[in-house]
Amino acid sequence: MGYHLDYAVIWRSLHDLFYGLGLDLYMALFSVAMGSLIGLVVAFALVSKRKLFRVVSGVYVTVIRNIPLMIIILFIYFGLPDAGFTFGEIPSFIFALTIYAGAYLAEVFRGGILAIHKGIGEAGMAVGMSGFQIIVFIKIPILIRSVMPALSNNYISLFKDASVAAVIAVPELTFQTRKINLETFRTIEAWSTASVLYVASCFLIAFLLRQVERRVAIPK
Amino acid sequence: MSTGFFNEFWISKMMIWRGIYTCLFVSFSAILIGTLLGIVVGLFLTYGNFFTKFLARAYTDIIRGIPILVLILTFYFVLSVIHINLSAMQAGITSLSIFCSAHVAEMLRGGLQNVPKGQIEAAKAVGLGFLQTFFFVSLPQALRQILPTWTNTAVEIVKGSTLVSMIGVVEITLVMQQIIGRNFLTMQFYALAGLIYFLIGFSIERTGKFVEKKVAIK
Repeated sequence: MGYHLDYAVIWRSLHDLFYGLGLDLYMALFSVAMGSLIGLVVAFALVSKRKLFRVVSGVYVTVIRNIPLMIIILFIYFGLPDAGFTFGEIPSFIFALTIYAGAYLAEVFRGGILAIHKGIGEAGMAVGMSGFQIIVFIKIPILIRSVMPALSNNYISLFKDASVAAVIAVPELTFQTRKINLETFRTIEAWSTASVLYVASCFLIAFLLRQVERRVAIPK
Repeated sequence: MSTGFFNEFWISKMMIWRGIYTCLFVSFSAILIGTLLGIVVGLFLTYGNFFTKFLARAYTDIIRGIPILVLILTFYFVLSVIHINLSAMQAGITSLSIFCSAHVAEMLRGGLQNVPKGQIEAAKAVGLGFLQTFFFVSLPQALRQILPTWTNTAVEIVKGSTLVSMIGVVEITLVMQQIIGRNFLTMQFYALAGLIYFLIGFSIERTGKFVEKKVAIK
């Protein structure tokens, strides 16, 4: 077919590819950490007794979950400057992914809160803890331990979503790969390398999270 | 110079309409093909022998480890190098279908394995063969169980279809970019895109919930 595989080009740009992968991990980690905090708060609002909290958090989760990440990013990066808020590429992507992650993780946490046995909260009340103390010292630890498997699935897909940063020219792995592809026309080599790097990182993250899951799992 | 949002919207209504049509066409083709392919892969994953099970497992795990955007760009660029000439839209549908199939396969496996063993044994006891057990006992229960996850995946595919704008398919996102390129009403038209996607996703979600209620065991 007249196409000979030649990985020399990839070898030369390996540094760029790993830099891109590192940037993906960095953006994902940052957004996932902040998104988890938002998710926790929103999840408690979703099951709150006050209607206002339930409505506001419900709207946030439903709306963000149904809007593509790419639209959120384009809106924040290209749209918000019109309203006087200008961010760089990486901060705006982290901002977008955080909002996006918050909505997804809120759903996960909500499921966990509903699964907590009612008696546990009542026990907290019985020993004289305030509502806030019950949430922070009793419910959140149980919650995080019980939803860990669902949480790690979401963490992995949020890491994969970091690739969308390529649309606003953040020099992450997908962007670097496309650049190599367009500059050298080593198409198969570039995309196969990127795929291998993504799959390998997903496996590695899944492996690490499984160790965490095993550690924190509630003994039966 | 722009002449106000509503005027600009009115001028570009046909473009937006065509964008919505393309988005729906790409998404629904991908969901349909992906689901059919996913059922086949899922069957191998559940009932296959050692070799086919291994292949199906490798397929789902690898596809699920690659971001949609990378899949789309890979199919678009790599297939043309090996002389399979697909249009941008075909490449987009192919990659979204493959993404969808890996997810459907995984959820079908979960659904089939969650059917209680006693039921399979009961089916055997009343004399049903493998195929009869599958079609009359396992599959209906598995489908009922995977419906919520499947609806979520369908919404994911619609959202993923924004990324085919990167290879030049003129769907909602690219239409909005073209419109914005003309009138610079960035916020308004991206917000409009968000609204359209929200309406599509929300109606899929609601339809899914409705069907769930209809088919639930009372």
